Amino acid sequence: MTAPRDKFGRPIVVVTGMGIVTSLGGGKADNWKRLTAGESGIKTVTRFPLDSLKTTMAGAVDFVTVDPFSSTSLSQRLAEIATEEALEQSGIGNKGDFPGPLFLAVAPIETEWPQRLEIAREVPAKDFGIIDYLATCSGGKFAHFHRRFTFGSVALNLAETFGTKGSPISLSTACASGATAIQLGVEAIRRGETDATLCVATDGSVNPEAMVRFSLLSALSTQNDPPQGASKPFSKNRDGFVMAEGAGALVLESYEAAMARGARILGVVAGCGELTDSFHRTRSAPDGKPAIGCVRKTLADAGMEPEQIDHINAHGTSTPENDKMEYLATSAVFGEHTKNIPVSSNKSMVGHTISAAGAVEAIFSLLTLEHQRIPPTINYEVPDPAIPFDVVGNKARDAKVTAVMSNSFGFGGQNASLILTREPA
Amino acid sequence: MIHPIAPVSFDAQIPKKGDQRQMETWQRIGTYAAGLALDSAGVKGNQEILSRMDMIIAAGGGERDLNVDLAIMNADAQGKLPPALLNEKLMNELRPTLFLAQLSNLLAGNIAIVHGVCGTSRTFMGEEASSIDAARIAVARIGAGQSDIALVGAAHNGDRGDLLMLYSFGDFALKDRYAPVWARRNHPGFAIGSAGAFLVMESREHAEARGAKPYAKLTKVVADLAKRKQPGAVTKSLRAMWPQLGVSNDNAVLITGATGAEPATSEEREFLGQHPGLAVRATGTTFGHTMEAQFPLGLALAALSISRGALYPANDPTGLEVEKTEAPTQIVVLGVGHWQGEGMALVEAVK
Repeated sequence: MTAPRDKFGRPIVVVTGMGIVTSLGGGKADNWKRLTAGESGIKTVTRFPLDSLKTTMAGAVDFVTVDPFSSTSLSQRLAEIATEEALEQSGIGNKGDFPGPLFLAVAPIETEWPQRLEIAREVPAKDFGIIDYLATCSGGKFAHFHRRFTFGSVALNLAETFGTKGSPISLSTACASGATAIQLGVEAIRRGETDATLCVATDGSVNPEAMVRFSLLSALSTQNDPPQGASKPFSKNRDGFVMAEGAGALVLESYEAAMARGARILGVVAGCGELTDSFHRTRSAPDGKPAIGCVRKTLADAGMEPEQIDHINAHGTSTPENDKMEYLATSAVFGEHTKNIPVSSNKSMVGHTISAAGAVEAIFSLLTLEHQRIPPTINYEVPDPAIPFDVVGNKARDAKVTAVMSNSFGFGGQNASLILTREPA
Repeated sequence: MIHPIAPVSFDAQIPKKGDQRQMETWQRIGTYAAGLALDSAGVKGNQEILSRMDMIIAAGGGERDLNVDLAIMNADAQGKLPPALLNEKLMNELRPTLFLAQLSNLLAGNIAIVHGVCGTSRTFMGEEASSIDAARIAVARIGAGQSDIALVGAAHNGDRGDLLMLYSFGDFALKDRYAPVWARRNHPGFAIGSAGAFLVMESREHAEARGAKPYAKLTKVVADLAKRKQPGAVTKSLRAMWPQLGVSNDNAVLITGATGAEPATSEEREFLGQHPGLAVRATGTTFGHTMEAQFPLGLALAALSISRGALYPANDPTGLEVEKTEAPTQIVVLGVGHWQGEGMALVEAVK
C-alpha cells in the first residue's frame, strides 16, 4: 500500500465524489457520453428576448428550471444537483451532514432585472428617484430579496442543505474560480484541519445584463449561426468565448481517511498553483509570463517534471488572445515536450461556464483519466498555425493518460492550474 | 443614513489617472488603503516580496450606474419598456468598463496592477463573514507554512443607492435618526459606512528576516455559521468560539463590528454581558457599518492600539463601553454579521 503522504510529507488529497451539470446534460454519465461524442450544448438563447444583442447563443442549462427565475437561484439549483451526485458517489457522511467545510465558487451576486422591475412597479411616485425607490424596497414586502441577493446566500443555503461544517466560503477569482475552490479545499486537507472538503463551483449567469456586459467588452463570439459552431478554441477563425452555465462538485478527502472508510478513489489532486497577472484588467500579459509562472508553480507543488504531464485540459476559451497566450505559456514551460501532449478544450462543446469552469473541467479531466480517452475540441476545422498544439480535433482520442494539467487563466489576472492523476504517486 | 468616505487624495497611492478612471469608488478606496498597508509594512515597491505576496480580499460588488437603472425602471413602471427594449437600453447606455468596476475580484485585480501584489489572489464574498474567513485562511496558511506574507483586507463605499436597496429589503438600514450602536435597541439598524482596511500579515520568521517591526501578533482567528433560525444561536456561537481564542484574562479589550441590526446585536450583547470585565469598543458608532471591511478594520484598530500601548477612548453614551487606562496586551476582535456569519480573532502584543 502506498504511503498516505506525498513526497513533501503532506497528506495526499484524493477525489471520492464528483457531480456535474452542463449544457450537455445532468450527471457524469450523460456529460461524458455527449462530450466524447463531440456534441455541443450551445444553442440560441430562448430564455429572454434577443433584440439588439450581438451574441444570441449560449450554453444555457434550460432543462433545470427555477421559479421565480434568477441567475442566483439557478446557480444554487445547479450546485445542489451537482453536489447531490458527488455525495452519492462518495458515500461520505450522512444525509445533511457532510464532515467538512464548503468552498463555493459562485458568480458575484446582485439584485437582478426581473426583481428590480417588480419593485419599480410598486413605487407610488411617477418619475421616481432613488429615495422613493428605497422607500418601496423597505417595509418587509421584499424581505425575501435580501435573503436571495446577499453575496453569501447561495453558500448559506448549500451549507444548511448539506450540513457542511464551519463558515462556508464563497469565492470569486473570475474564470479561475472553480480551480480556486479546489485549491482551497486541497490546502485545508494538507494543513490537517479536516479530512474532507466539499468543493463546488456553479454559474447560472445567462441573463441579458451579463451577456451585454461581456459583449460590451468584446469578449463574446458573435458567430451565432449555427450556434454549435461558435466556440472554436485554437482555430484561426475563433472570435470570442461563448457564455455557458453549469456546476461541478467534488468531494476531496485525505487519502488516509478515504482508505480508512474504504472509499473508491477517483483520482488525486497532485498539485495546485496560482499566479497573478498585473498586466491588464481583462487581457493577459502577451508574453504569458504569469501563466508560465502559474504552470511552473503547479508542477513544483506536485513535485513533477513537465515530461510527466501527458494531457492538458486547456483553458481554451476561443478568444483570439487567450488561446494564443496559452500556447506561448505552455510551450515555454514544456519546450520540446509540448508537441507530445494532446491538448483539448471542453469549452468547444460546453461553452465557458465561467465561475464553474475550473471545477467542471477538473471533473472532465478526472473522467479522462478514468476512461483513458480524451474528449475532442470540436469545430477544429481551420487550425491556427500560430498555435501548433497537438489539438485533439473533432474526434475523441484513446490515449494513455496518467497526469492531466487543467488550466484556468482568467479576467483580472487570475491564473490557476491543477494537476490531476489517477493513482497516488 | 450613511457614513460617506472622508476626502482622500487617491493620487497619493494611485498615481495614474488612467487607473483611477478604470475604477469605481469602492476600488479606489481599497487600492488606496492597500497601498497604505504596503507602505506601513515597508514592502511597497519591493518587487521580490510583492511578486510572491498572497492576497485575500473580501469584497461585495461594485457600483451600478444608478441613472441608467432608474431610467429603465421608470420606463418600465410607466409601461414604456417592452421586454425587448431592456437589451437595447443596456447595450447603448452601460459604459463598457463599468463591468470591471463591478466585478468582485477586480479590487484584487486593481491592487495587482497598481501595487504589483502578484503571488496568489483570492476574493471571498459573503458580507461580513467573507473578511473573517479571509483573515482566518491567511493566518492558517501562514501558520502551516503555505504562505510567508499576505495582504488581507476589504473596501466598502457606503455612498451607494444600489447597495442600500439590498439592506432596505430586510429593513436593516438605519433610518430617520442616528444613534450610537449600543443605543439602537429600540430603533435597530446600521448606517452603512465607507472604509478600506488592509493588513500585511506575515510569519514571524519572514518579518524578522527582513527586519520588519510588527504592530502585533495575530494569534488566532475562528469563524462560525450559527443556525440563526434558532433564537439565541448567535450567543451560543460566540460562547463556543471564545475558549478557542486563548484569552488569558477577562479584563482584555474587545473591539466589535456590532451592526445594530436585530436580533444579532442583542444576542451579542447578551454574550458580552457574560464578560463584564471587557473594555468594549463598537466600531460601527464611529465608522458606520462597513460590511466586508468591518472585521479588518477591527483587526487594524486592535493592532494599532497594541503597538501604541493604549486603547482609544470609549464612544458610547449608554455606558456599555468603559475607559481603559492600562496598555492592552490582548484584544479580541469580534464580528457578527447582520444576518449570517460570526467570528473572532485574538490580537496580542508581540513578546
